[in-house]
Amino acid sequence: MPTRRRALIIIAALLGLAVLSLAIALAAGSLPVTAGDVLGALGGSPGGLGVEVIRGLRLPRALAAFACGGLLALAGALMQILLRNPLADPYVLGISGGASVGALSAMLAGLSLALMNVAAFAGALAAMLLVFGLAHGDNSWTRTRLLLTGVIVASGCGAIVALILSIAPEDGLRGMIFWLMGDLAHALSPSLALAVLALGLVVALPFARELNLLARGDSLAHALGVTVRQVKFGVYLLASLLTAVAVTTGGSIGFIGLVVPHMVRLAMIRMGWGNDQRLLLPASALAGGSLLVLADTLARTLLAPQQLPVGVLTALLGVPAFLILLGRQPNERQ
Amino acid sequence: MNASEPLLNGPLLETRGLDVGIGGHSICRRLDWRVEAGQSWAILGRNGAGKSTLLATLAGLHAQQAGRLEVAGLPLPGANRGDGARAMARVRGFLSQHQMDPFASTVMETVLVGRHPHLGRWDWESASDGRIAAAALAEVDLGGFAERDVQTLSGGERQRLAIAILLTQQPRLFLLDEPLTHLDLSHQVAVMDLFARRADKGASIVAVLHDPGFAARYCGHALLLFGDGEWLAGPADEVINTENLGRLYGHPLHELQADGQRWFVPR
Repeated sequence: MPTRRRALIIIAALLGLAVLSLAIALAAGSLPVTAGDVLGALGGSPGGLGVEVIRGLRLPRALAAFACGGLLALAGALMQILLRNPLADPYVLGISGGASVGALSAMLAGLSLALMNVAAFAGALAAMLLVFGLAHGDNSWTRTRLLLTGVIVASGCGAIVALILSIAPEDGLRGMIFWLMGDLAHALSPSLALAVLALGLVVALPFARELNLLARGDSLAHALGVTVRQVKFGVYLLASLLTAVAVTTGGSIGFIGLVVPHMVRLAMIRMGWGNDQRLLLPASALAGGSLLVLADTLARTLLAPQQLPVGVLTALLGVPAFLILLGRQPNERQ
Repeated sequence: MNASEPLLNGPLLETRGLDVGIGGHSICRRLDWRVEAGQSWAILGRNGAGKSTLLATLAGLHAQQAGRLEVAGLPLPGANRGDGARAMARVRGFLSQHQMDPFASTVMETVLVGRHPHLGRWDWESASDGRIAAAALAEVDLGGFAERDVQTLSGGERQRLAIAILLTQQPRLFLLDEPLTHLDLSHQVAVMDLFARRADKGASIVAVLHDPGFAARYCGHALLLFGDGEWLAGPADEVINTENLGRLYGHPLHELQADGQRWFVPR
């Protein structure tokens, strides 16, 4: 039976994991730093080169990674409930496709980084409005219709991205490909993404029990007093905005949004903690954030000074972890 | 008195001049019907007559075309909007024909969703909610199943779990869409018995059934839907007979007697 106390203990443990991952991110890198440097950077005292590197480069990047991972995992968990499909991810409804078109068009036009972020966010919003407008056409949007519209818009965006890549000048291609794979090298201002992640949790958590019902079918949720249409609309809007902010921060980083909520759910079930969105939403956000921090730390240290796109690392880390968990999924209770 | 509070006495369900239809097909025209507290009603009709659609309308999931519909004095569909939806869910429960479990979850967790309308936004299920849920599981013969994954249940077990959710919800009006689907004979009787006990304590039961014998045995009243908008409502002794059933199903029937009980078999 689910209890608040157990949920708080699990959340506290995951918070510890998040702090640990951030500490690793601050300590790791080509410039060796001491524990004193890390504490000094966090404490705000002036210091040597180590403190400067941590405060100016590693800390903002690690926080951006955490925010991005948290946003994607939370959006994925919401999308899986909305579409009632454990295989849904934040990108399935075309939001990352729209952001890619925006970002790559800005790069093609040679715009600044700030304008590229604006273009990416505008692209994500445009895709979201397009999908919602089309899927909502007959005033009774069904899951199939929403999914189909999203998939079609996403593949349309994919075609435009391919077009941009094929006409882009050689020297711009590398940046574009890194963006498409997900890259946090330029994400040095994490405050907006962190604020949106906190806001997303604050908005979603009061409705988590409604989401537990929604996951078991519209008619059951309806019969038990959930205003299904309004809650679904809210979930769609929230998941889309979280995804838009995440891709604007770090490009379309794959894998986190699909697999982290899934992994967290599998782990919770395996531990006998059930499948409760009140626990799953914050746990996914924390686990997604921690995983992306670790992946990004590896991305910038594995082949240093060469930097890898973090999206490659998320998949390389997550795929085996996921397969192990899936392989051990208990059917013996049957 | 607050107009949005359900009435504690009076009929649990009342319709006046209710027109229900779906896709240009009329299910009932000008239905005048009262379900008093403690009454059990069977809804009978052939496939596609609109039994489920009528039940969904009574649950507030489908809007009527015309006429008045009140559940415990609250007008539908209006009372089912916004905050009213939770108040409505404390009065009427609805057993849907289809159950789905796209995600793994334990039986206990699943049955506890029935407490949702009784809990505040930030509340978690208390020990007393747990006791209500455990009692409901025991009542449908799922006592030892609390920690099982719902995705591993058989069809009949899943159906009994859906009934346990409904019992955990503790409504006063039970709307049951084919409650006996997937159930073996002994569980069919057990489920009808447990709803009969609820009716004895003042709850009202409206159940879509396929066996007129079960309807005659467990329901004091019956509503017959003839599929063309025509309907017939009244005490089961009067409306459930071979003549009406023959017209209802488009097939002649025999009436048999056993232990003072009427059973109907196709000729």
